[in-house]
Amino acid sequence: MTTLTLAAKRRRAALRTLAFLSPWLIGFAVFFAYPLLSTVYFSFLHYDGFRPPTWSGTKNWTYVAENYPLFWPAVRNTLWLGLVTVSLRVVFGLGVGLLVTKIKTGTGVFRTLFYLPYLAPPVAATMAFAFLLNPGTGPVDSLLERAGLPAPGWFSDPAWSKPALTLLALWGVGDLMVLFMAALLDVPQEQYEAAELDGASAWQRFRYVTLPNIAPIVLFAVVTGVIQTMQCYTQPLIAGKVASGVIQGAGTRFEPGYPDRSTLTLPQLVYNLGFQRFDYGAACVVALVLFALSMLFTAVLMRRGGGLDLAGDRP
Amino acid sequence: MTDVLDRPVTPSAPVAPGERTARRRAVLEWIAVHSLGVAAALFFTLPFVFVFLTSLMSDAQALSRDLVPHTWEWGNYRKVFDTPGFLTWWKNTLVYASAGTVLTVVSSVPVAYALAKFRFRGRSLCLMLVISMMMLPPQVVIIPMYLFWAKQLDLSGTLWPLIVPMAFGDAFSVFLLRQFLLTIPDEYLDAARVDGCGELRTLLRVVLPMARPGIAAVAIFQFFTAWNDYFGPQIYASENPGAWTLSYGLESFKGAHHTDWNLTMAATVLVMAPVILVFFFAQKAFVRGVTLTGVKG
Repeated sequence: MTTLTLAAKRRRAALRTLAFLSPWLIGFAVFFAYPLLSTVYFSFLHYDGFRPPTWSGTKNWTYVAENYPLFWPAVRNTLWLGLVTVSLRVVFGLGVGLLVTKIKTGTGVFRTLFYLPYLAPPVAATMAFAFLLNPGTGPVDSLLERAGLPAPGWFSDPAWSKPALTLLALWGVGDLMVLFMAALLDVPQEQYEAAELDGASAWQRFRYVTLPNIAPIVLFAVVTGVIQTMQCYTQPLIAGKVASGVIQGAGTRFEPGYPDRSTLTLPQLVYNLGFQRFDYGAACVVALVLFALSMLFTAVLMRRGGGLDLAGDRP
Repeated sequence: MTDVLDRPVTPSAPVAPGERTARRRAVLEWIAVHSLGVAAALFFTLPFVFVFLTSLMSDAQALSRDLVPHTWEWGNYRKVFDTPGFLTWWKNTLVYASAGTVLTVVSSVPVAYALAKFRFRGRSLCLMLVISMMMLPPQVVIIPMYLFWAKQLDLSGTLWPLIVPMAFGDAFSVFLLRQFLLTIPDEYLDAARVDGCGELRTLLRVVLPMARPGIAAVAIFQFFTAWNDYFGPQIYASENPGAWTLSYGLESFKGAHHTDWNLTMAATVLVMAPVILVFFFAQKAFVRGVTLTGVKG
C-alpha cells in the first residue's frame, strides 16, 4: 500500500516537473535541437531552397575551406579582434572599474556616464561612430587635423577599420566596468592593510593583492569577450554598409566585409552564403564552425568558472 | 543623519610633518583620480554630444567641419517623423519588444522555478543546456529556422517568427531568474506547502511577489534585446517594409538620406533615447540583473 502511494507520488512529482519545464523543453526541441540536427544534415546537401536538395557529401566543407574566398579573411579578422580588441577591452574595463572605485565625489554621476554607451543600440552606436569617424567631415578627424595629427580613413580604410571597431567596443565597455567594480569591492580590505604594513608599493599591492583576488573575473571577462567577438555581427556589418555607401533595398547587393574584407566575421558569412548566394549547405558549414567554437569556449567557462554561478550578461 | 550633524568638531591638532605629507598625498591623489575621471567622462559622453549637436544642424552645415550648429534646426526631428515608415517602425519595435518581453517572462518563470527549487534527475544537465543555449548566436540554426518560418509557414515579412519563440522560454532569462530564485529561502515555500498550497499556487502566491526584482531585471533585458535586434528583423522582415523595426529601418534611413548626416543623426538619437530613458527609470533593477548574472550572487 505504502509503496504504491510512494510510486504514485513520484509519478506526480515527475509530471509536475515536466509541466513546469515544458515551455523550455518544447522551445529547446523545436527551436534548437531539431534545427541544429537539420543544420548538420544540410551541411552535406546541395540545396538552394528552390530545387530539391541533393546529397553532396563533404563538398560543402571543402568548398568553404578551400574555395570560398571570404572564409579565411573572416577567420583572420576574428583572430585579430579576439587578440587585440578583447585584451584592450579587458584592460580598459579594469582601468575604468579601478577608477570608479577610487572616485569619491560625484560617484553616481561618473558611473552612469561611463555605463550609458554600453546601452546604446548597436545599429545606432555604429551609425554614430560612422559619422564621428567619417573621413573628411567627421568631428574626430577634424579635431585630429586641427591638432596637426594624421587623420586616418577609419571605416573606409582596410588598415583602420578594425581599430575603428575596437574604438567602438571600448566606448561600450560599461558591462566590464560593472563586473570589475563589483569584483574590486569584494577584495578583502585586510589584505591591502597587511600589504601596506609590509611596505608594498601601489603597483605591488595591485599585482599581489588585487590581481590574484580578481583573477577568476578577469578570466571570465576574457572568455566571454572571445565568445562575443566571434559572434559579432551587427557592428561590422553596419560599419561596412555605411562606409561603402550601399543603399539598402530590393536588388542591392552588398559585398560584405567592406573595405577589402577587413570587417568580415563568421556570422556575416552565414548571411552571405545563405541569404545572398542561396547556398544553404555551405551556410550550414559555417554555422557549425561557429557552433563548435562557441561551445569550446563555453566549456572552458563552465569548467574554470567553477560551474554554473557564472555567466555573461546581455543585451 | 543627526549623528553626523551633532558630532563635535574635533579641534585641529597641530599637524605632525608625516601626517602633513600624507594629507598632501591624499589631496594630490584626489586631483589625479578626478581629472582622470573627467577625461574618461569626456570619452564616454562626447560621442553623444556630437551626435546630438549634428542632429540640430542645417543640411549645409552638417557637411561642414563645424562642431556646433549655427542655427538650431529642431525641425530635423519633425522631418524624421514625417519620413514614410518611421512611425510604423516605431510601432513594430514596440510590439516586438513588449510582446516579446511579456511572453518571455510568462514562459521563463515556471522553468526557472523548477530549475531552482525542484529536485529531479537531469536537473544539472538541463542547466548546462540552458547555459549553452545562452552562449550561442542565432546564426547557428538560422538556415533551418528560416526555411521553417518562410517556406513551411509562409510567415516571412512578418514579426511572428521573432515573437512566437519567446513564448517558449528564453535561455538567458531562465538563467537570470533561476539565479534570483535561488536567493529565496526554501522555508517560505515549505510553509506554503504545509498550508496546503500546490506548487502552482506556491509559485503564484509566494514566489512571484518575492521575485519581482528579478522579473523586472529580466523584463528590461528582454526589452533591450528586442529593441536592439538587427539580425532577426533582417532575416524575417526585410522583404516587407511594413514589418521593419527601428534598428533595421535606421540603416535604410541612412541609405535614403545619403549625406544628410543631420537627419540620420536625429533618427539615431530617436533610436537611442527610449533605451536610455528606460534605463534611468529602472536603473536599480537593471544593475541588480547585471551583478546577479555577471558575478557570484
